[in-house]
Amino acid sequence: MTSTGLSAISSQAAANRLLLRRKRAERRFQLYGILAISAAVGFLIVFLASIVSRGYMGFVQTEVQLTVNFDAELIEAGSYRKILRTSLVELFPEAGSSRAERRALAGMVSAGTVFVLRETVEADPAIVGTVQDVWVLASDPVDQFYKGRIDAALPEGERPISDASLARIAGLEEAGRIALRFNRNFFSRGDSRNPEEAGILGAIVGSALALVVTLVVSFPIGVMTAVYLEAFAPRNRITRLIEININNLAAVPSIVFGLLGLAVFLNLFGLPRSAPVSGGLVLSLMTLPTIIISSRAAIRAVPPSFAEAAMGLGASRVQAIFHHVLPAAAPGTLTGAIIGMAQALGETAPLLMMGMVAFVVEVPGGFTDPSTVLPAQVYLWADSPERGFAEKTAAAIIVLLGFLLVMNGLAVYLRRKFEKQW
Amino acid sequence: MVITSVSSNPQPTLVARELSVFYGEKQAVFDVDLDIMPREVTAFIGPSGCGKSTLLRCFNRMNDLIEICRTTGSMLLDGHDIAGPDVDVVQLRSRIGMVFQKPNPFPKSVYDNVAYGPRLHGLAPSRSDLDELVETSLRRAGIWDEVKDRVDQPGTSLSGGQQQRLCIARAIAVRPDVLLMDEPCSALDPIATATIEELIDELRSEYTIIIVTHNMQQAARVSQKTAFLNLGRLIEFDETTKIFTNPSEQSTQDYITGRFG
Repeated sequence: MTSTGLSAISSQAAANRLLLRRKRAERRFQLYGILAISAAVGFLIVFLASIVSRGYMGFVQTEVQLTVNFDAELIEAGSYRKILRTSLVELFPEAGSSRAERRALAGMVSAGTVFVLRETVEADPAIVGTVQDVWVLASDPVDQFYKGRIDAALPEGERPISDASLARIAGLEEAGRIALRFNRNFFSRGDSRNPEEAGILGAIVGSALALVVTLVVSFPIGVMTAVYLEAFAPRNRITRLIEININNLAAVPSIVFGLLGLAVFLNLFGLPRSAPVSGGLVLSLMTLPTIIISSRAAIRAVPPSFAEAAMGLGASRVQAIFHHVLPAAAPGTLTGAIIGMAQALGETAPLLMMGMVAFVVEVPGGFTDPSTVLPAQVYLWADSPERGFAEKTAAAIIVLLGFLLVMNGLAVYLRRKFEKQW
Repeated sequence: MVITSVSSNPQPTLVARELSVFYGEKQAVFDVDLDIMPREVTAFIGPSGCGKSTLLRCFNRMNDLIEICRTTGSMLLDGHDIAGPDVDVVQLRSRIGMVFQKPNPFPKSVYDNVAYGPRLHGLAPSRSDLDELVETSLRRAGIWDEVKDRVDQPGTSLSGGQQQRLCIARAIAVRPDVLLMDEPCSALDPIATATIEELIDELRSEYTIIIVTHNMQQAARVSQKTAFLNLGRLIEFDETTKIFTNPSEQSTQDYITGRFG
């Protein structure tokens, strides 16, 4: 009697210990999960903070106000350089007339100012013969100093800006002739050798054109392939082989697609180099497996009862698929397509082979114009030695992330919209 | 096994002769001979896996969709062959409607669910014709009063029993002669089941109905004829009252008294 009672108590205690251990294990596991998520969020915050703190300055640019005499004779002669020099001398009268001094003066403003003046005149010929206050871009060292990126306490030889220039900037500041203004050029121009003039519009348009080609080529082909494989293809050795190959293609390094594109699209078909049409085709090769795999999963997830019901009412298999299965699979299909597009937007390696990682000044006007893409632009700027390109790089990354965010938002929106119909 | 051949009786709607179905090497239905009379409910009963659903799906050729499935023998609908390879299954399925085991409305509105078949076959040329057809179909399925204010709502938002009646409305909207019902109440609660059974009894006046069920009380309640299948063979086919009170075969007796199955 006592012995059975004791054993009951001890087994009860053992059960309690076991329960306690299981509860502890559960809490420990939750803790691991929270740690993992915190680490991920932490890295994300550090990344975003570093990008934004570097990049926000890329959206503003130091500008200097010049008083320009648009002299009719000089304009007739096309010596905009002389016009600029005159206004600079007027702005800094204390400067000497030696060659070195003049060069230092010219170095205060962007090297492209001469062309900006000409464009101003061409845009509005009425200003010829008048004197105007014009805001022009400051040169990269002035810009960087004004943004606080250069330490004035350093000895003169160790910073890219001279004491004389610092004095001139102080003078400008006093006169209210230097200011940080919104960097319109960044969104309205292509690339440039001068960081203060470099813009991202060329890369944005290039990316957009390439993505249009990618979408137009890969979406219909991908979805149709998925439909065929899921709903029509006989289950035999050949279709199994095709399925395995598609799954493997998704894991092929993207540079290999670039080589394929180089060999086939450029060399065999003679498509233009560096153009969005060829880049887009290569990207669509890369995107196809993603779209096919996600579309197949989406189609497979549609209950077979939909197709059965439709065919029970006398619909053909094709009608059943297009009326019921594809619409029900649309959210998954679209999500897959947009994820594929987002991947393509961030891809540089295959485009390297197509000559799209290139210095392109002109904003592309069509599918066959030379152009570059956003991630390639980031890479090119990150590779440039001028200080101004560092913040441009970060700003370009912000733009790229912005586009990715918009695309993912679009995916969520479309999914919601199509699911509402049910 | 009784085959009615009295001359005063109407012609059978569906006739099956030596009907066999194979899944690959495996035979699921063995040489079934069956006459389905018009405006009657015929119930298929039998233990799980006896081939009653497979037999049912022969009549509207749904088995064709299964790649490895092969059917031999002959089937006639009103004297016309429906088993041959040249038969237009689209046409056939508009004359033999089907209601499935699980309610499977399309993820569309109640209206579009019912309108799908008529649109497919071009049965309603104008919008008002279609509206009328949808309404009569929903009325006949006994669900109009419940859904008339929400025909724009998704069909999937209805309750299980309502969904099944919606599926019946969808099936009769294409004006079939025959309705095949594959365990239409097995996913429903007893009250919804009673509603569907009443509906089946009403629909009998206009349609020839074949119902597969593993609920013997249901077969006894709704059907006039009952076919008992076992291991792919048609064991006995007769008046329901006779099957349930005085079956000729011992295995029928064993099954309906619950000794196996």
